Amino acid sequence: MTAPHTPAGGTPLLVGEGLCKAFGPTAALDGASVAIRAGEVVAIMGPSGSGKSTLLHCLAGITRPDSGRVLYQGQEVSAMSDSERSALRRTRFGFVFQFGQLVPELTCLENVALPLRLERVRRREAERRAAEWLERLEVTDVAGKRPGEISGGQGQRVAVARALVTGPQVVFADEPTGALDSLNGERVMRLLTQAARETRAAVALVTHEARVAGYSDREVVVRDGRTRHMEHTR
Amino acid sequence: MSVGQAFLGLLESGPRHGYDLKKTYDDRFGHARPLHYGQVYATLSRLLKDGLVELDGVEPGGGPERKRYAVTSAGVTDVEKWLGSAEKPEPYLQNTLYTKVVLAVLTGRPAAGLLDVQRAEHLRLMRELTQRKITGDLAEQLICDHALFHLEADLRWLELTAARLDDLAKVVRP
Amino acid sequence: MSEKHTDRADMTARRDDVARDGGRRREFPESADAMPGKRRGVSRGADLVLGARLAFAGGRDGWTRTVLTAVGVGIGVALLLLAAAVPGALQARHDRGDARDDTRFSAPPLHAGPGTVLVAQVDTSFRGTPVRGRLVRAEGPKAPVPPGVAALPLPGEVVVSPALRDLLGSPDGRLLAPRLGGARVSGTIGDAGLAGPNELAYYLGSGTLPAGRATRIDAFGGGGSPSSEYGPVLDVLIVIIFVVLLLPIAIFLGAAVRFGGERRDRRLAALRLVGADRRMTRRIAAGEAAVGAVLGLAVGGALFLAGRRLVPLVTLWNLSVFAGDVRPALPLVVVIMLAVPALAVVVSLATLRGVAVEPLGVTRRAVAPRRRLWWRLVLPGAGLALLLPLLGGLRQDGAARIDYQVAAGAVLLLVGAVTLLPWLIELVVGRIHGGPVGWQLAIRRLQLDSATSARLVNGIAVAVAGTIGLQMLFAGAQDLSTSATGHDVSRAQVMVHARPSSGAAPMAGLLRTTPGVAGAAGTLQAQATTKSPSAGEPVYTDLRIGDCASLAEFGTLGRCADGDVFLTRAGDGDAAARDAFRPGTRVSVGDGGPRWALPRGTRTVAAREDASGSIGDAILVTPGAIDAAGLPDLTSVTFVRLDPKDTDAVERVRNTVARADPLASVSTLSATEEATRFTGIRRGLYAGIVVTLLLISASMLVGILEQLREQRRLLAMLVAVGTRRGSLTWSVIWQTVIPVLIGLVLAVVFGLGLGLVLLRVVSMPLSVDWTVVGLSAGIGAAVVLLVTGLSLPALWRLTRPDGLRAE
Repeated sequence: MTAPHTPAGGTPLLVGEGLCKAFGPTAALDGASVAIRAGEVVAIMGPSGSGKSTLLHCLAGITRPDSGRVLYQGQEVSAMSDSERSALRRTRFGFVFQFGQLVPELTCLENVALPLRLERVRRREAERRAAEWLERLEVTDVAGKRPGEISGGQGQRVAVARALVTGPQVVFADEPTGALDSLNGERVMRLLTQAARETRAAVALVTHEARVAGYSDREVVVRDGRTRHMEHTR
Repeated sequence: MSVGQAFLGLLESGPRHGYDLKKTYDDRFGHARPLHYGQVYATLSRLLKDGLVELDGVEPGGGPERKRYAVTSAGVTDVEKWLGSAEKPEPYLQNTLYTKVVLAVLTGRPAAGLLDVQRAEHLRLMRELTQRKITGDLAEQLICDHALFHLEADLRWLELTAARLDDLAKVVRP
Repeated sequence: MSEKHTDRADMTARRDDVARDGGRRREFPESADAMPGKRRGVSRGADLVLGARLAFAGGRDGWTRTVLTAVGVGIGVALLLLAAAVPGALQARHDRGDARDDTRFSAPPLHAGPGTVLVAQVDTSFRGTPVRGRLVRAEGPKAPVPPGVAALPLPGEVVVSPALRDLLGSPDGRLLAPRLGGARVSGTIGDAGLAGPNELAYYLGSGTLPAGRATRIDAFGGGGSPSSEYGPVLDVLIVIIFVVLLLPIAIFLGAAVRFGGERRDRRLAALRLVGADRRMTRRIAAGEAAVGAVLGLAVGGALFLAGRRLVPLVTLWNLSVFAGDVRPALPLVVVIMLAVPALAVVVSLATLRGVAVEPLGVTRRAVAPRRRLWWRLVLPGAGLALLLPLLGGLRQDGAARIDYQVAAGAVLLLVGAVTLLPWLIELVVGRIHGGPVGWQLAIRRLQLDSATSARLVNGIAVAVAGTIGLQMLFAGAQDLSTSATGHDVSRAQVMVHARPSSGAAPMAGLLRTTPGVAGAAGTLQAQATTKSPSAGEPVYTDLRIGDCASLAEFGTLGRCADGDVFLTRAGDGDAAARDAFRPGTRVSVGDGGPRWALPRGTRTVAAREDASGSIGDAILVTPGAIDAAGLPDLTSVTFVRLDPKDTDAVERVRNTVARADPLASVSTLSATEEATRFTGIRRGLYAGIVVTLLLISASMLVGILEQLREQRRLLAMLVAVGTRRGSLTWSVIWQTVIPVLIGLVLAVVFGLGLGLVLLRVVSMPLSVDWTVVGLSAGIGAAVVLLVTGLSLPALWRLTRPDGLRAE
């Protein structure tokens, strides 16, 4: 609990500079730049195929950019080894994707406890904290069920719980409501942003829906692999 | 939105004073735009003249207006008819924003920037509405969502227009 | 939205958060410059444990997968343990054989004493099953007792093995009992005195056994009986049997370990997203695989122990084995216990090498655009290279390493079929176009991923190829053994060697009155000696006494009457002997027997091959020309013709002979006995192959079901757009049948190649038995059809309209 919550100020936590990434002949990113400060919710918007997901994957260290660099707290993520980036994902980052990120074999509780278990937290302790998070996201009732047995909205809330359970600095959310109806989508967004603000986690939120972006503090628009910044005074 | 029909609907639950009507209307439907008293009494007198409401009684007292209004059976029929008829979708065919974009393209000014500014403004408003929605009650949520959906539609139009600016330039400035 | 409002809400929430999650905060230091990267010092074993837990997690699906793997591995392990126990079981048999051994070849002769016993081998055979028989006569109170026997049987007593006791008690026993001379069964032979539980054996007490026709021993065992040399053909056969049966099991083990592979990859991808690095995923996968394998070991151990109890019920190739003897050697058990989990881990890690498990999902590693042919030819080429130097050269040097060379060559050749298969499938499938919808779907699917289909077919291809090779070797060995006997079965089917006792009726006469005997030609045989006229050295020849008809078996006599004597000349005889034995020559008959002169009228005629196939120079004498009664060391040789319709005639012959001379030997001339023995092995081998193929088909079924599950979305889409169920069914059928057909063609080619090479290695004539090829390939095809048929209900369930929602 060091710095106070300052969405619009302070040094950036995560910076992407001049990111380029091509898949075969098509360029997904063509010099995109973005800076995310601690605790702020940034919407990354743009039409489909604009490269917004690729930008998110580059920022999260999942995809290595062809050129440009990603800095997390001043360290170059794009230069890190796989295991360093994995450790980053384990301890500092959280992920909420459109669907399919939960391990189908594990119960929801075990899924939420999984990042802690990977970090060698004892099982009992890990599951206690996981249960707390399930409660926070209003899905206590599905703790013992497997991802295949619950609804999409519940699944996304479990995924949010899992993304936040390690107390990450940044939560990467890629169309978290993409597979949900409006009502469930709104609920997931409300719980996600609330919980993120409460734990001072920054959120990088990829979405093509303006209503989802309404939950953000600020947006970055990606068009043809390039970013347009919509900085405005608040 | 017809204020008259709204009054008739509110009066169906029982006779009310003009002041009550205004207050209830503002709470439910007024949101950012409360009714003026003049508007309230002008509407009521029109309804009275059309026979849709009647005076239920005038209370004695020192207040400026102590008239109570009640809905007539003709008034109930009118409300039913109004509720039952479809609203004409508003086509927004003449829109300031569209005019601005075309003018910018015609005069060779950067239309993309204009769209971006507008987009940011739309999103700013959407954020506000979202915040209100999170903290508000169900009625608040519903009206905010109504606005949000419309704003989202605008934003989609902005998005689409931004993608078609080059085509537009060819059409308006051959 | 008011900034102030947000902040306030946030602050309250944060205080709340701190109160609630104070403990957690300490564990995840948040100071801005503390970089993560090093996990606190915990052993990497924890990843293995997590993998192990994942093997059990996952509800019914997860359990099914783990149980399938465990059962699959278990079956493989049980078979491996069984194979590992074979040498031990044979050794145990051998040890027991040693312990009761009563042959003395090189030991100095003993003198009769209180601790000696006379033993004579009276082995016989009952309906094709060998019976070990011994006549024993104690020469003193301390006479040794064979293992498993409480006391030596007295004259008129017999000790029998349990199997023989049961046989004697059965209706069939009447056909065997006369050979025991009506002796009373006084006891049974314990396990220690038997080679196997189903062995037929007896010790018959005798009071009259002459020392001259028996072996005198002072202890059973330790005689250094020559260990049964299998001979090069049998050595190669055994090696190939192991290879052919164990290789598909190894492939099956590999397949069993991969059950649920694609789901595992997806699971690992999900783990990557939450921060498992590549090493961790590898360890987790290893832990998962090891759990399945270790469970499989337990299942395999249990199956093995259970199966071992069934072993004594089976007699194969006249071999039966005690359950207690089926005991794999400890080092082999240790090797299996370590190798199977290791194999599981290695296979599972190897499959990980083929895919990139990334946080965003699993991607197949970029496949080489074209499958290269050359390295796929390296393995079979190496196999051939190992086998080719052995062509025709095995019999001269029977060194042990040659077994390994043959085994390695065969393994490489068979594995070569596996490496060539994907290439061949791709080659064939790549050239197919068009056809009906089902066909087109199948072909496109195969074009997309021929490796998976090839993997499904690998086991079948190897098993069929191996079977063909092995059966060809068997067929060759069978031909060889049949032709090598040289018996002329049309003239006689049984040959009896006996010692005629004075005053007893001639053996031939006794046999002629035995039911089932069509005719008997008996001669008395002795050795005739004289001195060579030139060098003065003794020279020997056979002397046979019999009537004209009997003598005609040994020479082309022409005119013959009682009192005639003939000299027969075979193609290549001893020239010195031919000079010595002439009409008028005086010879001594038997060892120091009376001298007798060849009459002047002795005619020289051509020798004739007798029914046993032997031919040689001899003196043929009719009874009128010699007084047989006064001759020592005579052997009676009788060729017996049997009524071909009476299958038990040979048993009655044995009974008749045993009554007349218990020590006589009865040999069947018919080559059919040798053949049935091989038929037995072949039948056993087919059974083994069918079991192996069923095993493989089980893994195939699992594979196909997994593929179907993978394609669930695609199937749903195809059904949604109105694809007929028939088309989908055909697509699944073609998807299996096409690779199998290609695999079978490859298997036939490799099997024939292996068979021909092996036949050359053991210097047998090359011949292709097409029924064997057809049968082997047919069994393989049948198994595949069975599997495909079994997978169809699953397809239909998947494509039911309500099946679409299941995902």
